[in-house]
Amino acid sequence: MSEGPRFTLDGREIPLVPGQTVIEAADAAGIYIPRLCHKPGLEPFGSCRVCTVKANGRSVAACTYPASPGMIVESDTEEVNAHRKLLLEMLFVEGNHFCMSCEKSGNCELQALGYRFAIAAPQLEFQFPVRDVDASHPDILIDHNRCILCSRCVRASRDLDKKEVFGFVGRGPHKRIAVSSGTRLRDTDADVTDQALDVCPVGALLRKRVGFAVPVGQRLYDKVPIGGAPVVPEAPVAEEGRA
Amino acid sequence: MSKPRIATTSLCGCFGCHMSLLDIDERILALAELVEFDKSPINDHKDFTARCAVGLIEGGCANAENVHVLRRFREQCDVLVSVGDCATMGGIPALRNLVPLEECLREAYVDGPSVFNPGGRIPDDPEIPMLLDKVYPAQEVVRIDYHIPGCPPSADTLWKTLTALLGGTSVELPYELIKYD
Ligand code: SF4
Ligand code: SF4
Ligand code: FES
Repeated sequence: MSEGPRFTLDGREIPLVPGQTVIEAADAAGIYIPRLCHKPGLEPFGSCRVCTVKANGRSVAACTYPASPGMIVESDTEEVNAHRKLLLEMLFVEGNHFCMSCEKSGNCELQALGYRFAIAAPQLEFQFPVRDVDASHPDILIDHNRCILCSRCVRASRDLDKKEVFGFVGRGPHKRIAVSSGTRLRDTDADVTDQALDVCPVGALLRKRVGFAVPVGQRLYDKVPIGGAPVVPEAPVAEEGRA
Repeated sequence: MSKPRIATTSLCGCFGCHMSLLDIDERILALAELVEFDKSPINDHKDFTARCAVGLIEGGCANAENVHVLRRFREQCDVLVSVGDCATMGGIPALRNLVPLEECLREAYVDGPSVFNPGGRIPDDPEIPMLLDKVYPAQEVVRIDYHIPGCPPSADTLWKTLTALLGGTSVELPYELIKYD
């Protein structure tokens, strides 16, 4: 094994390159830490907290926290996973997710994390918020019902497409993704070839007329969990109700 | 020993979950060996004749009658299982939660493009169960012991769930059987 700085992740010693975040070092070592707003290639944002780990006993976001030599990180533990599961349930009930009629179903990262964490049904109260759909653009649509405010589109449009088509408006429960010029998507310079359209983890930002292209059974997460096989292959999904 | 009794109902659902149950094909014979069906649309028994080991709930609650039936199932069943996306999350009927009830009724009975209703009257016969303000998942109305998602859950999912419950073991599903669609 090569010499060099290392830290401990779930009992395993893994190497780090100075400047790496915890999630980057884990990815390089082939260890999956669940995440939603983080996407390699985009500037870390640290908003969803699904990547929360305990670093030397403190909860931090693995996608923004720098890895440092000798630190002890816990990720795949009962306590940390319970926290992630609760965050995922909150994301589900705060939006309107009707997976059976969603173009992204089977390829959606939020849904896939629900499956990975064996969430049979969120036990929090469903909010059913009233949100709109912006289908004004000839080739693209935003369905705010499914947006989880991860900002991937904001970062991709700004840093990869050099356009700044997307941004946030409002705060707290009223926070929503908006387009920067004018009020409708058709008034922007958004284009069907924008990389921003490829990064949305859910079915919020979609190209028109390409939905349901892959048959059920062959979609990304139909058979293989997001992040690879979970540690326990048979997950207890139909857990005792908590309500 | 007498066979365990099982009851099923479709509240605000489309009967798709019941269809999926019938999709277990010839295993239905094995199921008939294992259990006695009590109140269920499968045998058309309108009310409970005895206490049941397992109750399967399809659909959420959209009206007062759904709430009544669901509460009755909770009283009469040892283990209550929410089956399908409508029972567990509201499902397709909950799309109406995004539109005020008054507007839904007007669209259905007065303003809709295919409506012929010269009197403009919205059905209000006391025999018709009162609609709730929203469609509620079953666990927001009574305590539910197990949740099986899917629209509908596959026959294999239902079979695995039922055999586990009847065998007295906890319900564990492999990754491919947990689906929200
Ligand atoms: S965005 Fe994902 S979780 Fe939401 S409805 Fe679509 S598939 Fe389901
Ligand atoms: S539209 Fe998609 S990428 Fe953009 S913030 Fe919402 S969920 Fe994230
Ligand atoms: S992935 Fe780290 S906060 Fe979202």
